[in-house]
Amino acid sequence: MSSSFSSTPAVEVLSANKTYANGYQALLPVNLTIEEGEFVTLLGPSGCGKSTLLKMVAGLLNPTDGRILLWRKPVADLLSSGKKMSFVFQSPTLMPWADVATNVRLPLDLSGLPKIEAQERVCEALALVGLEKFASAMPRALSGGMQMRVSIARGLVTEPDLLLMDEPFGALDEITRHRLDADLLALWAKKKLTVIFVTHSIHEAVFLSNRVVMMAARPGHITQEHIIDEPYPRAQEFMVRTEFMRHAQALQKSLELASELLS
Amino acid sequence: MTPTPSKNNTQLAFQTVGIPLVLGLLILGAWQAFVVAMDLPPYLVPTPVLMIQTLVTDWQPLLTALGVTVKITLLSFALAIVVGVSISFLFVQSALLERALFPYAVLLQVTPIVSIAPLIIIWVKDTNLSMVLCASLVALFPIISNTTLGLKSIEPNLHSFFLMNRASRWQILMRLRIPSALPYFMGGLRISSGLALIGAVVAEFVAGTGGQGSGLAYQILQAGFQLKIPRMFAALLLISLTGVMLFALMAWLSRVVLGDWHESELQAE
Repeated sequence: MSSSFSSTPAVEVLSANKTYANGYQALLPVNLTIEEGEFVTLLGPSGCGKSTLLKMVAGLLNPTDGRILLWRKPVADLLSSGKKMSFVFQSPTLMPWADVATNVRLPLDLSGLPKIEAQERVCEALALVGLEKFASAMPRALSGGMQMRVSIARGLVTEPDLLLMDEPFGALDEITRHRLDADLLALWAKKKLTVIFVTHSIHEAVFLSNRVVMMAARPGHITQEHIIDEPYPRAQEFMVRTEFMRHAQALQKSLELASELLS
Repeated sequence: MTPTPSKNNTQLAFQTVGIPLVLGLLILGAWQAFVVAMDLPPYLVPTPVLMIQTLVTDWQPLLTALGVTVKITLLSFALAIVVGVSISFLFVQSALLERALFPYAVLLQVTPIVSIAPLIIIWVKDTNLSMVLCASLVALFPIISNTTLGLKSIEPNLHSFFLMNRASRWQILMRLRIPSALPYFMGGLRISSGLALIGAVVAEFVAGTGGQGSGLAYQILQAGFQLKIPRMFAALLLISLTGVMLFALMAWLSRVVLGDWHESELQAE
């Protein structure tokens, strides 16, 4: 899948950095451009600032210096550009007191969409993740993987243009993770999203993305970028092909080099 | 995998109600045996049998008194909830107010009601109103403390999600803070209901020594003066039963509100 060469990049990080009040440097100045339609992975060990970077793009954290533009506008003005953004957390982050449908409907409720129209979109979103039958279930009755899928449905119900995901499958078992990775790619292709996906798994990064941005810790910074120029759609069997291994090895070497430079 | 629902419920009912009941009967039996064996006079310690007999023979004044005490308890409980929750909302909306006023709420908690009650009874003309106020003061703090804690105990990521979707403060309060606070609020209710009863009884005692009042505490005072000890015990029994009923009511309410989703109400499998 080729990225659409529209002139407006989806995300521009312009020398944004993050230093906390106590002097802790979470992220050195980062320069990064992401075009519409890309599936970009932020890959690195704990403490490399990948979640910090993602949260700055989401507007949950403010950069200490520099700025971040979404479709050439500041993050706070995203609404005015008619574009929408969704965030999927590491944990499902559902409201335990509400059922699945109410949870998925939350962003629509907050924006004041009439309930009838909202219900329709909720059904569509649940169908996308295969959970149509669980609309009235309570979160605690669902497995971890299913809860995560509800969280993804909630992220998709607003029909976002940009999807930000912070290690969403990290807490799940490998089998479920592989399946959700495949489902996610299908959704990305279908909905023509731009996705920024944070992970510490090399295999996940190679399988999912067309571009891997590698980061290292202490202090957090980008070390290298790596293009995965394999075609989409990617089936699960892609994971055992030589090309896959080649990319994985290249990433592995890169990460090792980065950690060597630190020690 | 899990025991069948009917078996589980029977087991639970047996454990929650059956065993304490059996234990209670054993204690009553021991009490009866002790009094009879030691040949204790009724003006010292009545037997449980005598206590129940007095309850039956004196049922009319005792029941009227019970009605008065229960009415005052419920009114003060309701007042404590309304005032307590309102103050908690205020505290959550303004950190400044919270820091300024919370120490005074604590002061409320630690000042013994028996020392303030006489003042309130003198200042407030209506006896019943003054007793309701005293009992509300006693029941107020747990509601403020627990509800404030609950309103602030929101999951940080969920809060971020609301902020990202540009939720207003009102939306965050209604859709996030209040549901998150419910388990804590229910906990506060359980404590507060008992305190409302205690406050009502203590206030009655204080009012009673001034010659006014008509609740169960008044009955206890009167029975004390007239050395009608069995009647005193009967009144005490009624107060205890009221306390138990209140607690059971709050527990039931908790199950209704939280049963679907909160860890505290889920039965072990």
